[in-house]
Amino acid sequence: MHEMSIAQSLLTIILDESARHRIKQVRQVNLQVGAMAAIVPESLNFCFELLSRDTLAEGATLSIEEIPVVARCRDCNLNYPVENQVFLCPQCGVPSLELISGRELSVVSIEGETGDDDGSN
Amino acid sequence: MAQIKVPVVQNILEANERLAALNRQRFDKAGIYAINLMSSPGAGKTSLLEKTIEALAGRLNMAVIEGDLQTAYDAERIQKKGVQAVQINTDGGCHLDGNMIQIAMDALDLTDVDLLVIENVGNLVCPAEFNLGEHDKVTILSVTEGDDKPLKYPLMFQISSVLIVNKIDLLPYVSCSMDAIRKQAHQLNATQQIFEISCRTGEGLEPWIRWLEDRVRAQKKRMG
Ligand SMILES: Nc1nc2c(ncn2[C@@H]2O[C@H](COP(=O)(O)OP(=O)(O)OP(=O)(O)O)[C@@H](O)[C@H]2O)c(=O)[nH]1
Ligand SMILES: [Mg+2]
Ligand SMILES: [Zn+2]
Repeated sequence: MHEMSIAQSLLTIILDESARHRIKQVRQVNLQVGAMAAIVPESLNFCFELLSRDTLAEGATLSIEEIPVVARCRDCNLNYPVENQVFLCPQCGVPSLELISGRELSVVSIEGETGDDDGSN
Repeated sequence: MAQIKVPVVQNILEANERLAALNRQRFDKAGIYAINLMSSPGAGKTSLLEKTIEALAGRLNMAVIEGDLQTAYDAERIQKKGVQAVQINTDGGCHLDGNMIQIAMDALDLTDVDLLVIENVGNLVCPAEFNLGEHDKVTILSVTEGDDKPLKYPLMFQISSVLIVNKIDLLPYVSCSMDAIRKQAHQLNATQQIFEISCRTGEGLEPWIRWLEDRVRAQKKRMG
């Protein structure tokens, strides 16, 4: 269950950024998670829910965008989607180790409310 | 109340990556070559270490960091072989991280150490996401686990520069095809070195030991 330590790092980032941008209540956190990342979204959600209790991120939704695995062929420079874990260039059959995407584990943006009056009331 | 959306774009593992980079600097400065040894529980990490220590006795200075959920058994096995070992108990945590290695290093005397082996917690999933600052990741797969594991745990097998297939003495008793393992490993990582070993009989150890010595030598050369 390394999702617990990932949720902890995630919460640290959220609280830091919220303080910087004077967010008082976090509503949604947008994440990118690569298909190759060893993460179970349900488990991340569960851990985040536990850890964020009594913080300004309590109740926030984690919105996870899954990023497909794309590799680059170093022979012909083709970027190709990796299906069924086959890291072979469909054009020339050369194996590749260079991932263009698929290992992301990133925070993209945070949505929430600031304490500021926006004049709407 | 104003609604805002702030862009962040930050790797969640960045804090760990930073610590791993610091560990790496420390290894390099001390001229140490470090590996992160990973496998599922019981595949033979400590057994391989014991065999490796025997083979390298008098040739290289080793130190070991042992990750374990609860016990100090593995560190004791290493110390019995005359090599300094420090135990990190993760207290239920399923992987080691950069911070734990930093702390463990302070408990070791790193003068004259050539090779540092970090035995990770037995687990084929979680340790894959946490760099420790090692120069190479080495994964052990034992033949009793089945020949479909590389594709079931692709990240672990893809990021490892070395795959050790252990317990080959048991091949006659299990249906496990070496060809299938080689094919999957190659598909995930075409440059991966594969060593087929039995820690029980000692078969196949020689090439692994030579590979390790080469890497230690290369590190010494790189760091002057
Ligand atoms: N037959 C056979 N048994 C082996 C071999 N290598 C290790 N074993 C046995 O496998 C069991 C587990 O070995 P360990 O070296 O403790 O495995 P480990 O990966 O360190 O285990 P954890 O640290 O608990 O994850 C022990 O009973 C070993 O004797 C081998 O090559 N052949
Ligand atoms: Mg062990
Ligand atoms: Zn190509």
